[in-house]
This record gives sequence, structure tokens and C-alpha cells, in this order.
Amino acid sequence: MIAIVDYGAGNLVSVKKALDWLGQDCAITSDPGTVAKAAKIVLPGVGHFASTVALARSGLQDAIADAIGRGVPFLGICVGMQWMYERSQESPETPGLGLLPGKCERFPTRVKSPHVGWNQLEIAASSRLFRAVPPLPFVYFTHSFRAPVCETTTACCEYGGSFSAAVERDHIFGVQFHPEKSGEIGLKLLGNFCAL
Amino acid sequence: MLTKRIIACLDVDNGRVVKGIQFLNLQDAGDPAALAKAHSESGADEIVLLDISAAHQRRATLLDTVRRAAAQLFIPFTVGGGIRTLEEAAAVFSAGADKISINSAALADPSLITRIAARFGSQAVVVAIDAKRRADGLHWEAFTQGGRTPSGRDAVEWAREAESSGAGEILLTSMNRDGTASGFDCELTRAVADTVRIPVIASGGAGGAQHFVEVFGEGHADAALAASIFHYGYSRIADLKQELGSQGIPVRWPC
Repeated sequence: MIAIVDYGAGNLVSVKKALDWLGQDCAITSDPGTVAKAAKIVLPGVGHFASTVALARSGLQDAIADAIGRGVPFLGICVGMQWMYERSQESPETPGLGLLPGKCERFPTRVKSPHVGWNQLEIAASSRLFRAVPPLPFVYFTHSFRAPVCETTTACCEYGGSFSAAVERDHIFGVQFHPEKSGEIGLKLLGNFCAL
Repeated sequence: MLTKRIIACLDVDNGRVVKGIQFLNLQDAGDPAALAKAHSESGADEIVLLDISAAHQRRATLLDTVRRAAAQLFIPFTVGGGIRTLEEAAAVFSAGADKISINSAALADPSLITRIAARFGSQAVVVAIDAKRRADGLHWEAFTQGGRTPSGRDAVEWAREAESSGAGEILLTSMNRDGTASGFDCELTRAVADTVRIPVIASGGAGGAQHFVEVFGEGHADAALAASIFHYGYSRIADLKQELGSQGIPVRWPC
């Protein structure tokens, strides 16, 4: 079963709908025990970085960190990906999980923020998440903060400079865009995660 | 590069699309779910469903319509029309909408924007503004109740307040141009787009590809919405996007 982690931030229906469409056994859950037993974990996120504080308070963070330690595949989406970094300028007092180095920052003022709409990715050939996805795909973004490009970056996007649109290391994955809202490309990518 | 979005709008009355669009291989051109899917497949970047039903019909059918449309839609999906409370918005989100669009209720009480944004995020709150040019020709007034009631508010000022209240996008319809196929109101769009920092969706007046080129260029729009243009000229949104791409407008292509 794939656990879609509910920590009270935003709307998880669309992620569930996409996994249902792919024929996956999945459930929206806020129970750390259910997350601990999941075969895979998806952490969606729309809203404020500060909302991730609920993960630490509810025991979900420990359940997720423990599962990642056991090799359970993990996918963070949007704020879920940002949470994989050490911290975010959006809420400096809220620590991230720190799986990836660096902090998420605001877009420079020369571009409109939030970054909303379809933008193009430059993807690394080695990525498992983007397996069989055509080069330079368009995906749907909606966010005001962005993650830095780092060693684990597998897709870059250009908006007021280059930022990390996807990261991947061993069995942990993160995407800044919304695969559940990115048409065929997004479904392909979710399918790749499910097939790991 | 961030692309300009082409948004297909479905006007729905009591569970049926009005101004239905003829797609090949589509059994029921009045079914919102079937049409939303067909638009998505023909290249729309986003779908907006506006419920124009009389209030007493609305509750019964809207959520069912949203649920059926959302089940097979994997691009952003906005639902509007008659949403007055946080609870009504929550029900529409639960049915599968990614964003809600509010108009009259937001003008009556801007804190509704703030409350929905606090729970679902600003990205999920679209404030729709129906704007009509004032007699001076230089300003626009926001109207409510489907364009029937003048609010007395300046449309540009109201857009600014909606942004500061927590709106994530502005859906800006020119009442003067709506249904005329004579082109978007680029002056109105630009006045709002240059005032707010959130994306502005231009609406009303689309009649051909050149109108989209103008509103993205002169009008500074981030996205453009149309319904009836897909009756004639461009039965496939992909054809429109290909034309825009050839004129230098960044669009999602192939789609």
C-alpha cells in the first residue's frame, strides 16, 4: 500500500485520484502506524512550509524517517520536496528533514511570484523517476519558494535563475512541480515511482 | 521558460454545458466531464468550470459534476459559480477541484479569500472579477451577480485588495468584450497585471489567435481563457497553440 501522508496542509484528493487512476493500492493517512507499514510513501504539500511542523508533532516525521532508513521509497511533492532540505526561508524556525543540503529561498524580485503554470525541465538521463519521459517535458508548477540545485538534482527549471525541479538519491525522490496535475508526463512519472 | 496558459472554460447549467462544443468521437457534447477530458486531450493547459445554474438547482448537481470531471482530469481544474462560504469551497475541493473561483461573495466579504487561502493555500483561490469600462473610458468597475449588479468598486483597486487578502490568481473578464469575439481588453488586462504580482487570466473577447498574441504581449496576461472560440476556427486547442508558438508566444508544446 502507498501511504499519502495527510498533515492537514491543503488538498490531497488530486494525488489520490492520480494513483487510483494508475490502479495503485493507496490511502490518505495521518496515522504514523499506517505510514510505518506502507510499501511506499508520498508526501504531498501545498501551502506554507510552517505547516510541516505538524509532521514532527504528530509522530509522522519519525515514521517517515524510520521508513526511509529501511529503504522504503519516498516521494515528496512541492512543499513535501522542500521539507527534504535543511530549512526554508519561508519559515526559518521550522526545520526540514535535512536529507538534502541547503535551504529553500524566495524567487528574486525581478520575476513574478508565485511561479504558476507550465514550465520546461532539463532532465538528467540517469533519472529513474523520469525513465521513458521525453526530453524537455513541460510540467505544472505553483510555488513561491524554490530549492537550490544540488548534487542530487535530476531536473532543473529556469525561472529567475535555475532551480531544482526534481531530486533523486537512492530511494528518495522529490519534485517541486505537481505530477498529479502535469498530464500524461506526470502520470508517467508517478507510474515510474509506483513501479520501483 | 514559463509558458502562457490557454484555459478552456465550461459554462455549466444544471449539470449540462451550455454553448457545448462539438468534438469528434464525443457521444454527449453537453456532459461537462466528457468535455473537460476532451479539452484536456486537445491541448488545454487548464480547465475552468463555471456553474451558472439558478441557486436552487446548484447544490444537487455541482458536486457530482465536479467529481465526475475530476476523476479523469490530470491538469489543473478550477471550479466557480455561487461559492459563498468556506464550507462550500471545502466541498468543491473534496470533490476534486484544485482551485475555486469566487466573485460576488469575495466582494461582499474579502475575508472569505483569506479564510479559504489559510486552509487550502493561496494557489487554490482564484478571485474572478467581472469588469465594465466606466463612462470616462479610463477606469473599470467590478460587477457582481453574474454581471447584473454594479459594486461601485474600481476593478484595479479591487484586484489589489484581493491579492493582499490572499488570492493566488485573478480571473479578469471584460464585460464589454465578453461574447463579442472582437479581442480581449488589453488595456484592462494590463492595468490589472501591472498592479498585482499574482498571475492574471484574461477573459472575454477571444475571437482568433491574434487576440491571444495581443493579450499576452500588450496586455501582459499570464493566461487567457476562452469558451466560444472553440466553436469555430479552432476546434483543437493544439492548433491554436501551434499558431501562437509560431508567433513567438511561449506555449506548452507538444501538449
